[in-house]
Parts: sequence; C-alpha cells; structure tokens
Amino acid sequence: MIRLKNGIIYDPKNNKSAVKEDIWIKNEKIVSKPSAEEIESAKNQGSYQEIDLKEKIVMPGGVDIHAHIAGPKINTGRVLRPEDHRHDNVPKKGGLRSGVGSTVPTSYVTGYRYSLMGYTTVMEAAGPPMKARHIHEEFGGLPFIDKGFLVLSGNNYFVLKFIKEKNKKALKDYLAWLINVTGAFGLKVVNPGGVEAWKEGKRLRGIEEKGTHFNLSPREILLALAEANDELGLPHPVHIHTNDLGSPGNYKTTISTLDLLKDYRKHITHIQFSSYGLNEESKIKFVSAADQIAEKVNNDDKLTVDIGQIVFGEVTTMTADGILEYNLHKLTGSKWVNTDVEMETGSGIVPMNYKKKNLINGIQWAIGLELFLKIDDPWKVFLTTDHPNAGPFTAYPWIIKLLMSRDYRLKMISEMHNKLGNYTDIAELEREYSLDEIAVITRSGPARALGLANKGHIGVGADADITVYSRLESKDKIAEVFAHPEIVIKSGKIIVEDGKLVEKLREGKTLVARPDYDKNISEIIGEDFKNYYSISIENYPVSDSYFNNLEVIPCS
Amino acid sequence: MNEESKTYQNIICTFCGALCDDIEIKVKNNKIENIKNACAISRKKYEHAQKDRTVPQIKGKEVKYNKAVSAAAEILSSSRNPLIYGLSSTTAEAQKAAVELAEKCGANIDSTSSVCHGPGTLAKQLVGMVSATLGEVKNRSDMMIFWGANPVEAHPNHAKRYSILSQGMYRKNRKDREIIVFDVRKTPTAKLADHFFQVKPNSDFEILMALQMLVSGRTPTSEDGRIGGIELVKLKDLAEKMKKVKYGSVFYGMGLTMSRGKYMNTWAAMSLVRNLNDYGRFVMIPMRGHGNVAGSEITMAWQTGYPFAVNFSRNYPRYNPGEFSAVDLLARREVDAAFIIASDPAASLPHEAAEYLKKIPTIVLDPHWNLTTEIADVVIPSAVKGIGASGTVYRMDHVPLQLRKFLDDSWPDDASAVSRIGELIEND
Repeated sequence: MIRLKNGIIYDPKNNKSAVKEDIWIKNEKIVSKPSAEEIESAKNQGSYQEIDLKEKIVMPGGVDIHAHIAGPKINTGRVLRPEDHRHDNVPKKGGLRSGVGSTVPTSYVTGYRYSLMGYTTVMEAAGPPMKARHIHEEFGGLPFIDKGFLVLSGNNYFVLKFIKEKNKKALKDYLAWLINVTGAFGLKVVNPGGVEAWKEGKRLRGIEEKGTHFNLSPREILLALAEANDELGLPHPVHIHTNDLGSPGNYKTTISTLDLLKDYRKHITHIQFSSYGLNEESKIKFVSAADQIAEKVNNDDKLTVDIGQIVFGEVTTMTADGILEYNLHKLTGSKWVNTDVEMETGSGIVPMNYKKKNLINGIQWAIGLELFLKIDDPWKVFLTTDHPNAGPFTAYPWIIKLLMSRDYRLKMISEMHNKLGNYTDIAELEREYSLDEIAVITRSGPARALGLANKGHIGVGADADITVYSRLESKDKIAEVFAHPEIVIKSGKIIVEDGKLVEKLREGKTLVARPDYDKNISEIIGEDFKNYYSISIENYPVSDSYFNNLEVIPCS
Repeated sequence: MNEESKTYQNIICTFCGALCDDIEIKVKNNKIENIKNACAISRKKYEHAQKDRTVPQIKGKEVKYNKAVSAAAEILSSSRNPLIYGLSSTTAEAQKAAVELAEKCGANIDSTSSVCHGPGTLAKQLVGMVSATLGEVKNRSDMMIFWGANPVEAHPNHAKRYSILSQGMYRKNRKDREIIVFDVRKTPTAKLADHFFQVKPNSDFEILMALQMLVSGRTPTSEDGRIGGIELVKLKDLAEKMKKVKYGSVFYGMGLTMSRGKYMNTWAAMSLVRNLNDYGRFVMIPMRGHGNVAGSEITMAWQTGYPFAVNFSRNYPRYNPGEFSAVDLLARREVDAAFIIASDPAASLPHEAAEYLKKIPTIVLDPHWNLTTEIADVVIPSAVKGIGASGTVYRMDHVPLQLRKFLDDSWPDDASAVSRIGELIEND
C-alpha cells in the first residue's frame, strides 16, 4: 500500500486541476482511502509506504499513441545504422541490461528512456501480421512500459478481396481473426491501396484513383475499414496514415479522407505530414495548410489526431508506406531499405536529418506547431514525433516547452530560415498550453482515444501508473522538468526514484484486443492462404507462449 | 511399450535458411517413423538427428549434465576475455540468453554470419537493401537471378516452394518467369535457367558495376569485349531486360559474399537492384544457409543494436567486424576461452583460428558430436531444435516461425543450458 500525499494533481479526465489531495495505491491499482484498520494492518505487515510529494506536479503516466518501438522495421533500422548508436552507449547497471540509444535504440533502452520520461504506455504503430511474432519477441525484452501494436491492414489481400466482393461479414471476421492471431490491439491503415500499387510498380494519387489488382479506390478501402472497425467495437478507432503522405498539396487528400469518414470514429496519425499546401507561385512550391486541417479537426467530433512533430537533427524514417520511402531515398540520396511483405504490406527505411536552417524543414516544423496551437480542443490532438520518423521520442519535453512558451518558439524561429514567415504564421500565434492541456495531450487524451479506460487518469480503479515532476519554478525549466520526472510509478511499483531507474528489470503488460469472429473464416481464407502465402496457416498464429503478461482490453 | 503412431503436420524443417514448414512426420514410440515433403538434405538430417548424440563430458570423460554446466560457468567466469560463437543453428530464445550471458561475462559474441553472409550485412549498412518476403517473389517475380547461389543443391525445396517452379498468384509457373544464373561453374541450378552467365572467378564486382553502368545508359569499355568473362553485348541485353521486368528478384549466395571483394560485391549488387527500382520493381534476398542464422542477426540487433561481432568488455555493446569477429579474435589469439553454441568452428573456420581453439578452454553446446566437440574441454548436450526442442526461428527473409517439438529429448534445450550457465555465474 502506498500513500502519495501533498502532490499537486493534474488529472483532466477527473476534472482535477492543481488539486492537492492524497492518492492511495494498492497492488496495481489506485484505490479510495482504505479503512483505518486496513492501513494499520498494512503498517503491521511492513507493506505500508508513505511518500510526501511536497507540492510537486502529479500526472497520470504518459501514454504514447504512435511510435515505432519493436518489430521488423525498427530492428532493421538498428542493423542499418551502427553510426546512429556508437555515440550513445548505455552500460549495464545492477539488474538493468545494457544497450545503445539514439534514434533507433535497443529494446531495453527504449523501455528505460520512456520510463525515465514518465511514460508508462506506448503503442507500436505498425506491425506486419506475418512478422507479428517478432514484435512479441521484442516486447518480451521491452521493460517497464505497457505496450501493444496496431496491425497493418490497408493493403492486405484478404481485406481487399472481401471489400471487392462486398462481403462485409467476411471482412469483419477476417479482421477480427487477424487481430486475434497476431496478438494485435487495433487496426492500422497505411496509404490504403497505395502500397499494393507500389508492389505492382504503379503510383496512385488521391483517394479516388483505381488500377491495382482488385481495382479498388482508396475511398472504398477506407470506408469499409472504418465501418468494420466500428462494428467490431474495437477499443481504438481505425488508425490512418493518409494517402499522399509527405507530398506538397496533400492536405486536399486529407480533407477528402475526413469528409469521407465523417460518420465514423477515426484517428489520423502524424497529421503534420498530411497538412501540406501547394503554392505554384512560390519557389519552393510548399506552404502550410494547417489552417484548413485545423478547421476540419475543430468541426469533427469523431476525429482525433496526433501530430508527428518535426525535431531538428538526425532521424530514421520508417513506414509501411513503401513508395514514400522510395521517394525519400530519391530526395535525399540516403541509404534505403525496402521490404515487401507478401499478401499484406510493404515497408521502407531511410535515414534523414532535419535541419533548422532548411526552409522546407522549417515549414514542416511550423506546420506541426500550428496544428497544436490551432486545434482548439486538446482532447483531439496528441503529442507524438512518429518516433523515430520526425524525431526521437526523447524530444517530447522540448516540444512541451515549445507549446507552453511563446518566447521559446520565437527564440527558435530567430535561429531558423529568415523567409519562414512567408510560409507560416507560427510567429504570430500567442497561445500557450497550460499544464492541464499538456496532461491531456500527453496522457489523458491518447488513453481515451486508445480506449484504455484504466489509463491516462488517477481516479479510483485506474492503473497505478503515476508520474511526479518537480515544481515548475520558471518557464526556462519546462523541458528539464518534463525530461526528468522525480518519481515514476508503474502498476503500483516505483520504477523511477530521485530521477533514476530502479536497477531491476520489470516486465510491463502486452495490451491486446480479442474481438469475436466466426471461426469459419480460417476455412474461407484457407485455399488462397495455401496457394499464395509461403507459410502454412497452421504456423501463422502467434501462440500464447509469447505472452508473459497479457491484458485483454474489452471491445464494446 | 507400444504406442499408437501420431502424425504431425506442418512441421518446420530447420536444416537450412528456407525453413520449409510443410513437413509431415509420423512418430511412434518417441521415434520418427516416416517423413513426408522433406528434401533429400532434410530427410537425411531428420534420419540422422537422433544418432551421434552428445553426452556431457569434461576433458573427454562422461560426467553428469549439471557438472558439465558448472564447469562451463567456471571457465567463463574465470576468463578475462571470452568468446561466445555460433548461434546460427539454435533458437532465438537461446540466442537471447547467449547475448545476456555475453553481457554478464564482458565477452565477445559473434555468429557464423561473420563468415558467410556477414559481408552482405555490412553492404546493407552502406547502401540499404531492397527486399521482400519469399511469397512476394513467388507471387510476382517475372525475372529471377541467382548469383553465386545454387539452391538446387543447397536449398533443394526453394525452387518448388518459393522460386523457379513455384505456383504464385500472378506468376503461375516456370513459363511466367525468366531464370538467370551467374556462377563460376554450371551448377545444377544453372541447368534450370534460361540464361547462364559464367563468371570468371572473383570478377563479380566488375560484372555488377558494368551492369550498373549499362542500366544507367553508359557503356563500359573492354579490350576483348568481355567483362569478367562475359560478353559485353550479352550484359547489355540483360541490362535492357532488367529495366523492362515488372518485379525482378536476385537471390544471392556465398559465391557473391565470400568471393574477392566480399562486401563490396554485395554493395554493387544492392546498388544495382536499388537503381532498377527507377524502372520497375526489383528486390533481393540472401540465400541464408543455417536454419536460424537470420535470427542470430535479428536477436543480436534488438538486444545490442548490432548484428554480430559485438564486444561487451566495457559493459555496453561495441561493434567492430574485423576486431570483434570470431575468426580475427582467434587468429590473433586475443581470447582466452570459447563457448561454442550449435556450430562447428573446428570444421568451418580457417585453420589458424580453429587451431587456437585447442589451446584455450573450449565449451561446446551441441546435440551432436562434431569436430569441435573433439577438441572441447567441456561438452554439453542439448535437445535437437525443431525435433526435441521448441522455440523461435527466422527464415532467410526474416519471417519468424515457432518450432513445435514432437519428440521427447533426454537433454534440456540450448536456451535453458545457456540461461543456467548465466545464473551460475550471477550467483557465483
């Protein structure tokens, strides 16, 4: 039993803003104040602990809705980039394993650094179903945090086939089967139709164009998946990486996608990359379209987004959007990995460096911040860097500082390209996030969008995932405060004390959904599976032996 | 005792990197009675799997299992600079335990990758690689190039299941594909090809660079009209064809990665394949030999950030092939003890390196006797992966599969042996 007293609590879900009150923790949960007898008995058993937080900031553990942390893509990124790790070595310490960091850290170091930053839940953003076993292997070595993964489904053969056949039942059964057998948490859709087109050596633009094997438009795929996702009652809405991502002028595609899905729940991820305007008169043809996108977000109550904020410096871009990485390779000349995964998806990796003085990179940076500042409701917009695409997750505290301090933004802008102001109004925006709003975009909001009822808040019954930050004495200290919380509690156990990790590995939970389906679906797909996959369907499901600590999040 | 026989379907064969997963095995009285769908190599390996099994030994004398394990722990904990080597024929679980053990002992850890496809991985670190899973190639590839690879003999079911003769979605059979072989001799695979290009030994790099030039519209010069033994006009024709195919594929073997030029050969091939994606699609896949050698690179990478040749003497992983790779550490006599896991370096490493193993305390963890067990101070037996031991393995295209044991084995598996040694050292 732990009593946290004298903390200043920021718990937006429970409408607590800077409220000083006790938090009681029993086992892995937050509980109401136990009876005097119970407390007495805990004291007698030596299992009572009282921590005086001395008016420090208390928030629920951070929740990251979108990051690439485990599985084939991030791991190929590790192999590809020894130069990325060599300057960032993490020695073993006590019971903690060693590793390396930088943009593509090893699994252990990923767990350490999220924990040290006060984050306790992270969603791996994109898993190819056929390699799901690999993700779960790494999850077994990703300590402290709870994690799950979104399974790629927007270019899957059976998905496209059932949509083409207008067989809604088979589509739903297949998706539910896929989530079950891969141990996934939700559905991810990346450039629907466009990745299949890339494999066929074609290029699709917008959401109307057809022309691949099943002759479907992205429109048809998006609509069917959003509908199926809602009907399955999955905890998290369909998680979309839009078509045309990264291309100037793509905000139109994003707006068509939002119009198309206006009646469905949806999460648009790293929307910064999908909010680009095209200005034919400007030399660089590139301009912010954050206004148009923010307006859509402000007027759609079934929509949430995360930003994918650009951070200047080294990144390792990686996505299931194979053609996008080909484009990035052509643009930068950097080394390029592509892996097409049969029947399911594609993928690619290209290292990049976002430069502060580069005008295009500067506009990308500004678009992300514009969106943060122009989307009115913080419950609709979440902090991500699409780690390690737009920046590493370890940069979050500095992004928080940009959001909380206009002075810091102006200081950054003064160091950037002097024409930046012709392309974005970022310098004029006066809004500054409050601590409550920061709590929403870094924990309460993403937890709600993921459908994790026990995360992102500190009410009775919540998971005892809690972060304690130092008091914010001045705005200069924002980044330091958020980079180095003093105490982090995960599932009722202290994992960070005095800003340091306890020297003992603990395994967090793997979060999965288990939607119901008609068992007949494996027979329906059996023949095509046998003919066109290169493994047998019996060897496809990830068995329970890969899960040490599983939590099934219920479907509605 | 006479049991009913039981048939296991879709068993994964682990004897090469192709990991065929359609083997049918009939078991009776804890013995394999019948095998279906296996290739000649696989069949022989299954038949041999329960023969020539190791027993726990210290200096040639049979001892209790636990005693051999303790002796291994003692050797490793008293060593100042040990080497852990092999890994390619064991499960990912054992590989994981081996990395942890290496970290605990401040050891060097390296896999057989560094003497087979490792140069390919070095090339990938320079230029990247455009790749695909095997089913993608089966379904789509209209041109398959085998470069220094001879699957007919080394991966006998590859042609039928994944490549030349497979039945895919868009490419239904042999007629739908153009098969090309580059090799120094007319291999049995070359005999199945539409075109065979005989490479003058150690000229792969020149040929690949010539192809790169031809693809980009430039013509290399050659006094005798040949490059690397091949007529320039033929290379020119090929380059034109490569630009016209929809989904080309290159399967490369050690004929490319281990001939003169090593990683630069693979670099040239990877650059060529990359550039061909400006025309149609083109991918390449290494023809990995050992059953889980791909897994050794994958497991090492997520645990240490690096694929092989890692040193833990500073308590964090450092990577430097040439410095921390097994051959070099042994040939330079830098290590003072060796723990060999599921491999046979005495048979496969250069003489000088293998010879040095005799001089230092050497532990071997392997289900079967081999040349290295002959010279080992400590031998630890283990259950045979995929037969008497379960676990995870990764195919040559990084597709992970889970092995299911179908026989009871007398010995624990590799993963538990390695973990046990780690525990003994920790509690020491």
